[in-house]
Amino acid sequence: MHFHKYEKIWLTFGMASLVLFLSIVGVSAFSQDHTPAGGMTTIDPKKVNETAPFDKPGVTQLDDDTYQVAIVALAFGYTAPELKVPAGKEIIFKLTSTDVVHSFTIDNTKVNMMVVPGRITTKSYTFDKPGKYLILCNEYCGAGHHMMFTEIEVY
Amino acid sequence: MSQKKQSTEVNLKGTLVSVFIIGIIIIAMWFAVYGMYVAR
Amino acid sequence: MIAAQDRKLALWNIGVAYIAFLIGTLCGLLQVFIRNDALQLPSWLDYYQILTAHGVLLALIYTAFFIFAFFITGMSKSIGSFGPKVRLFSWIGFAVTTAGTVLATIMIVSGEASVLYTFYAPLKASGWYYVALALYVVGTWITSFALVGHYIVWKKKNKGQLSPLFAFMTITTIALWIIAGLGVVATVLFQYIPWAFGMVDTINVELSRSLFWYFGHPLVYFWLLPAYMAWYVVVPKLLGAKVFSDSLARLSFVLFILFSIPVGFHHQLTEPGISNFWKFLQVCLTFMVIIPSLMTAFSMFATFEIAGRKKGGKGLFGWFTKLPWKDVRFTSIFIAMAFFIPGGAGGIINASFQLNEVVHNTLWIVGHFHITVGTPVAMTFMGLTFWMIPYLTGRKFTKSMQKLGFIQVITWAIGMLLMSTSQHILGLLGAPRRTAYSGYNNHPSALEWFDGILTNHVTMAIGGSILFLSAMILIYIVVMSMFISPKAVREEDFVEFPMAESDKENTPKWLENWWIWIGIAFVLIIIAYAIPLSGMIHHAPPGSEGFRTW
Ligand code: HEM
Ligand SMILES: [Cu+2]
Ligand SMILES: [Cu+2]
Repeated sequence: MHFHKYEKIWLTFGMASLVLFLSIVGVSAFSQDHTPAGGMTTIDPKKVNETAPFDKPGVTQLDDDTYQVAIVALAFGYTAPELKVPAGKEIIFKLTSTDVVHSFTIDNTKVNMMVVPGRITTKSYTFDKPGKYLILCNEYCGAGHHMMFTEIEVY
Repeated sequence: MSQKKQSTEVNLKGTLVSVFIIGIIIIAMWFAVYGMYVAR
Repeated sequence: MIAAQDRKLALWNIGVAYIAFLIGTLCGLLQVFIRNDALQLPSWLDYYQILTAHGVLLALIYTAFFIFAFFITGMSKSIGSFGPKVRLFSWIGFAVTTAGTVLATIMIVSGEASVLYTFYAPLKASGWYYVALALYVVGTWITSFALVGHYIVWKKKNKGQLSPLFAFMTITTIALWIIAGLGVVATVLFQYIPWAFGMVDTINVELSRSLFWYFGHPLVYFWLLPAYMAWYVVVPKLLGAKVFSDSLARLSFVLFILFSIPVGFHHQLTEPGISNFWKFLQVCLTFMVIIPSLMTAFSMFATFEIAGRKKGGKGLFGWFTKLPWKDVRFTSIFIAMAFFIPGGAGGIINASFQLNEVVHNTLWIVGHFHITVGTPVAMTFMGLTFWMIPYLTGRKFTKSMQKLGFIQVITWAIGMLLMSTSQHILGLLGAPRRTAYSGYNNHPSALEWFDGILTNHVTMAIGGSILFLSAMILIYIVVMSMFISPKAVREEDFVEFPMAESDKENTPKWLENWWIWIGIAFVLIIIAYAIPLSGMIHHAPPGSEGFRTW
């Protein structure tokens, strides 16, 4: 098998770029905790309303600098009373679904979480800027999918 | 054998430049989105 | 010309492909206008029904039937006419795949299956929709095995010889397709069908998603590799050149078998149930599958440059002007390749672990697959269609058809440029995909998305309309060259199958040792999937009942 000299240069350059990309995302993910939404906790999708933290959905302050937001997604909305969280504090979002797969996506942020029945999705995020943010579902969930949205207020 | 020689000698300068243009497009697009990620 | 019976087989496959294309692109047009709130549907029809049809008919049906038509034609041309058994099983495969297609279409049209082509549980369609999907995959497997049989016959007659490049690439693609199909067949047969017909009450959602994506990623390579085959084998002939390097072409295909399967988690990066370790491992494997595409990019430019220089192109880029731009068979494929540059670059971004959060399920993704499968693959198929149908029917590819061909590919390119650019930007701004109407009660953020020059509703509508016009021109060309264009009589009027020569003297024999490649592929699959999947099974939450939310 014979590689032209230029092809070797190109492939070396290409592979080096790929390694660079992987290193950037890998280091940022694992050493600075910028991992995508996820989590390994399971839940009975029929008992969501009796299971903590979803028995009392909404915002809870965990300590001085952390808040937890527990939300249940269902066709076609989110059970979340008033969503108001402070800017500059770590907000831990916890989501689950009582019916089909949805998403919980906050416009203009890194929060883009798939919500799967039987599972709890977790994502931690800190808002920089106060304001009202659009929350929407971007995973097809049925006839009302495009009407599944709400708002969060950051103060 | 002589054939092999020939293929090392073909002039592929244009090819080299072209693929590097692709490489630069890839890198530019990647860092653009990476920048958006970091900014969010 | 190849045997009449093989031609008939290929033509029937193309016929079904273009019926699917016709309906599928009509759906695409409707989608653009519904999304803009410019079209009110009658009450019996719903956006998501149309979107399901669009995805299924274009991404699954058009592609697969066209691919098999191409394989049948090329295999018959490169390693000889089919024997009676091969022919019989190819017809059976065709019939089963078609039956699946018809059944799926009926279920979608009757509103029993508005679950999109990804059919994520626990959305529960009619059980017959899943039966249809199983028939579709199994049908393609039957045709695949027929082609493998044909290849084995050739191998036995030509002991110790490397097969022609076209045959080698066909078998690679088929190997990939069969291994990939195992995942979707497993979930459909053992999870969806028992559940949808009420034999069991619940379904393991995360497992079904993972098995789907085990199939879903190699699915995109099942589309792409036949396009690459055209790039490697057909294009050099159009340039009057040989394949740039037989061994590198084969090597890149073999790498696709290895790395295109154990990577499905890159579609599940933002969901629970898979730990970051396994997600990242599959991200790394995904990056491996970029390498053969980097090799392909080099081979393509090298082929162009060598051919262009032979024709007198001077300087750094003089060869570029010497390419056969007036030959629509070439120009179409060249445009297809050009679209794949941003398409591939976008794919790298999508797979980049947490960067996926920026783009996941936004319109960016829709833009992305329209400039990967929707143009590079589809336009390569268009470029093949121009000559393949006349080749198979023995009709002329007339001057006027060639002109129309140019108009068709150029309009497609313009329409797609408008539509996909707009979708990419909208996605980065945050606009979601798969939404009937996209206004969110005129929420200020949503209004902002659609406020740009390239992102407003008009751009999308114009792009979609031009695309549909282009699709109809293509249908016209297809009908003409199938049934109406004048028969070729004189020798020079006959259309040839452009298949370039490929020097195999320096190609190592181990490249065609399938057991090595399939063996390594399975080892990689086990490494990437065994532990996370068994975790999903053994630590599963209570399953989900079905929901019908449409
Ligand atoms: C007339 C040409 C076409 C137009 C106007 C068009 C338009 C669209 C639009 C607007 C969507 C997004 C809908 C949404 O997310 O709400 C879409 C989705 C899609 N298109 Fe196309 N498209 C065309 C051709 C194609 C072709 C040729 C292919 C593939 C071979 C294709 C494959 C897909 C797929 C797989 C989806 C995703 C379906 C889903 O989300 O389930 N399209 N198309
Ligand atoms: Cu939804
Ligand atoms: Cu993929």
